[in-house]
Amino acid sequence: MGFISYFRKFVIGAVVAVASVSYTTTSFASNHGIDLSGKTVEWIIPFSETGGSAKWANFYAPLLSEALKGQPNVVVKFMPGAGSTKGANWFQQQSYKDGTVIFGSSGSTQFPYLLGDPRVRYEYGDWNVVLASGTGGVAYLPPELAEKMNGFDAGGLQGTDFIYGSQGATRLDLVPLLAWEMLGLNVEPVFGIKGRGDGRLMFERGEANIDYQTSSSYLKGVTPLVEAGTAVPMMSWGALDDDGNIVRDPTFPDMPTFKEVCEATDGCETRGDKWEAWKAFFIAGFPAQKMVFLPAGAPDDAIVTYTAAFETIKARADFAEISEGRLGKYPQMTGDEAKVALDSATRVPDSAKQFVTNWLKDRYGVSLQ
Amino acid sequence: MDTFAVALPALADAAGLILQPAVLGYLLLGVVMGLCVGVFPGLGGIAGLSLLLPFMFGLDPVAGFALMVGMVAVVPTSDTFASVLMGIPGSSASQATVLDGFPLAKKGQASRALSAAFASSLFGGIVGALFLTAFILVARPIVLEFRTPELLMVTLFGLSMVGILAGRSPLKGIAAAGLGMMVGTIGEGDSAGALRMSTYDIPYLVDGLKLVIVGLGIFAIPEIVALLRQDKAISERAILGGGWLVGVRDWFANIWLSVRCSLIGVVVGCIPGLGGSVVDWIAYGHTVQSTKDRSRFGSGEIRGVIGPESSNNAKEGGGFVPTLLFGIPGSGSMAIFIGAVALLGSGNVEVGPSMLKTNLDITYAIVWLLALANVLGTLISILASGGIARLTLIPFNLLAPFLFMLIAFAAFQSGQDIMDLLALFVIGLLGIMMRRFDWSRPAFLIGFVLSNPAEAYANQAVQIASSRFRAGIENGLEYIFSPITIVLVILTIVSVVFGLRQAKNIRAEGAVASGDKRVPLIFLLCISVYLLVAFIDAAMIPSSAHDDRVFPMFVGGVSLACCLVLLVQAKFKPETDPLFADRSVSEDRENIRGLWGTLAWFAGLLILTSLLGFIIALAIFLLFFLIFRSGRSQIFSVVYTVAGLCFMMAMGWMLNRNFPAGLLQEFIQLPWPLT
Repeated sequence: MGFISYFRKFVIGAVVAVASVSYTTTSFASNHGIDLSGKTVEWIIPFSETGGSAKWANFYAPLLSEALKGQPNVVVKFMPGAGSTKGANWFQQQSYKDGTVIFGSSGSTQFPYLLGDPRVRYEYGDWNVVLASGTGGVAYLPPELAEKMNGFDAGGLQGTDFIYGSQGATRLDLVPLLAWEMLGLNVEPVFGIKGRGDGRLMFERGEANIDYQTSSSYLKGVTPLVEAGTAVPMMSWGALDDDGNIVRDPTFPDMPTFKEVCEATDGCETRGDKWEAWKAFFIAGFPAQKMVFLPAGAPDDAIVTYTAAFETIKARADFAEISEGRLGKYPQMTGDEAKVALDSATRVPDSAKQFVTNWLKDRYGVSLQ
Repeated sequence: MDTFAVALPALADAAGLILQPAVLGYLLLGVVMGLCVGVFPGLGGIAGLSLLLPFMFGLDPVAGFALMVGMVAVVPTSDTFASVLMGIPGSSASQATVLDGFPLAKKGQASRALSAAFASSLFGGIVGALFLTAFILVARPIVLEFRTPELLMVTLFGLSMVGILAGRSPLKGIAAAGLGMMVGTIGEGDSAGALRMSTYDIPYLVDGLKLVIVGLGIFAIPEIVALLRQDKAISERAILGGGWLVGVRDWFANIWLSVRCSLIGVVVGCIPGLGGSVVDWIAYGHTVQSTKDRSRFGSGEIRGVIGPESSNNAKEGGGFVPTLLFGIPGSGSMAIFIGAVALLGSGNVEVGPSMLKTNLDITYAIVWLLALANVLGTLISILASGGIARLTLIPFNLLAPFLFMLIAFAAFQSGQDIMDLLALFVIGLLGIMMRRFDWSRPAFLIGFVLSNPAEAYANQAVQIASSRFRAGIENGLEYIFSPITIVLVILTIVSVVFGLRQAKNIRAEGAVASGDKRVPLIFLLCISVYLLVAFIDAAMIPSSAHDDRVFPMFVGGVSLACCLVLLVQAKFKPETDPLFADRSVSEDRENIRGLWGTLAWFAGLLILTSLLGFIIALAIFLLFFLIFRSGRSQIFSVVYTVAGLCFMMAMGWMLNRNFPAGLLQEFIQLPWPLT
């Protein structure tokens, strides 16, 4: 394997004639951590090549290759299926060998786990987290509907029939759908779209009249529409401060959070079961949306090595610059921070779980037995 | 005229960006790699671009675009080799090329078919680029006019091509398309996640079957098995059809067909959500409809090659419109393209709404790199075609094990699951039976491809329209009956009526004689039973998930009705009726080997794979096949086996792919490539 992967790197490198990619040859004399020289790290992404997770992994992969001890080849492997549960189930069956298999999970992997989807055969508690990346989300409206908002008060929108292109009520779309319902908006989700990009296109075509995007997609796809005057941001989902309170999203400091809009709107309450359920699933889905894991049984040496590598990446002088456009201004957590994030992302109170399960059943007829 | 003032300097800037030795070098490299990837059946732009992805980070944007565009542009050029020479769709873009290209190769006219295809590809690519140069400036509002009802109508228009490909018995054609659609609904429904003909105990089925597997199973396996049973070379004659000039002349004689099909390709390619998988069928349908003498379609009509091939390269150009303008991938390879763009340079080139404003020069550079790549790709392909066409003269029992190896590998790449191989075998068996009893395989495939969009768009259109109607009748009517929908409705109706009337004269898969009643009837009964089971299965979906129930029940019901009528007809029609077509009547004289014995070789490869893993299984399979089936000497067989294994491993390793693992690997840890 060692020779083969090195040779592959050499041959493909020669074929593509990429002189621009230089592999630094510094070697560390160290008695701690694992050395991956000449190896190929496979980063399993349980989604297709199109989604946000692919962008996130493609962003980190070359940086990780440089930062890991021994400069291994890092390749992203896509293993889509069953809304990411296929890849996660696969990863659950892997035992630690030499640190060359890592896994990238997303909010869509967390939600079925939390909701007790029958296809879930994986256990987050068995895995070892080495990076947790946060993100946020923004809801937006067409200008003529945005006018009906009175400041932060969304009461003026309550009589409108909304159409929203959705990937499914049990996915991350749960967070916006529940939020809009709490505001008293009559939003009808049109299911069966393949990605949030298709949802935005539906909005642009004038078929959907409310939509949301995660931060990086918003920056890229919706900001030009806002500048052209065909879309107006409504609210962000917010971000978490150190005490677990929802505060303004650092990437969108000028936008109200859902919490502020909810407080200003009659009939929407920021306490009680519904609010707690929304908050719990927001925390599970956004502030630690994407995580990198080593498989069960990974020794400390390996965890330390990967943690150090991600810390090296974060410490790059140009990290803020290269990450801002592609990931947004969100915490990239390692070490204990990542563990705390994992904990909050994969543990929701039973009451919140119960509430959402019932709500999905009553509202959308979805039963997860 | 504002647009011109913007466009002209941008065009000049684009020329400056492209015409640099380094950029052209990258383009050539991309073209060569794209040609190589396209030659292999089942591997397309997705595999190729994934290969390039690790090298994009930090690369100069224009150089990176040259590399990627070069690769994407020529895959539909070189995939023609497999379609024409072996009857295997090289990628989803050239499924229709098989219908007439392969019969031409069988007649010994492979290089004529190839050069006509390449000339058409080149022309299509350039027409596509010219069209895009003007269109891209005004494309945004036009593309946005294609709302869900319009998308649904485009899908239905694509389905209407079934009419012309239905074969001699229209009911059989419709039932075949219905069966394809029903197979397409297998798995989790898009709307409410209800399961159709699957269970969580077999997770493989929950995701549904992949196009690669269905395409290879329906077209490739039946052809390989049929040829293998005859044990001779693909081409019946040694002449290769007078060289490539004849083909180019053929293309020139049909230049207007080529223009029309190129425009079809680029326009359909522009529509996000449909991708390119129907373009070649629409072009083929148009070709048939616009030809006076339709008797030769399916048995080697050169127009049947020129039409689809003109459209599929143009389609790649069209596919860049949603990708660059909206950041929405029009196809799987475009999805990876978007991912790769973010890695280029400092990441300041971003596809999406801002592309035209801030990066018009780069947009034009991409369009013209596309045209240039087509020229390079065609020249290389034409130069190589004479040599590669000689493949058709090789005894097929030497080629077949190699092809079995390739399609098993390609099928496994679609889902990285050992079940992929089982699915390939089952679909292959269905393909063999459909071929034998003259059930239209193109109709089946069109049904399969369009099943998912037809269902999703129908559900969404109904839901959005009813919300509009609640807001007001006028609002709803305006939504459904836009000028585009009305035009598409008329086109579809004309196409169906015309198609069904003409279908009797068009044998898209060659003439088939009829035999006795019994065997074709058993096959008809099997299909009816499957449709009935699928219908009942759909009917049992609870009403909370009714959106996932409507489509399979409707399609299943219609196809069942067709089957019932056929069953009634079967009682009264004479044995010579097309209903009882049975290819074994005419072919058995030429078949020197039995079907089951031949199929057993392939089954053996798959069973061994599930036990020992792909590479070990392959070694055993190749060796035994060559010694016992092909009757080669032991030394020859060993050399051939080693060469085959080396080739396979080199490919797996370059593309960074795993091979299927078997039971053995569960117990023993083996090094790559045996894992």
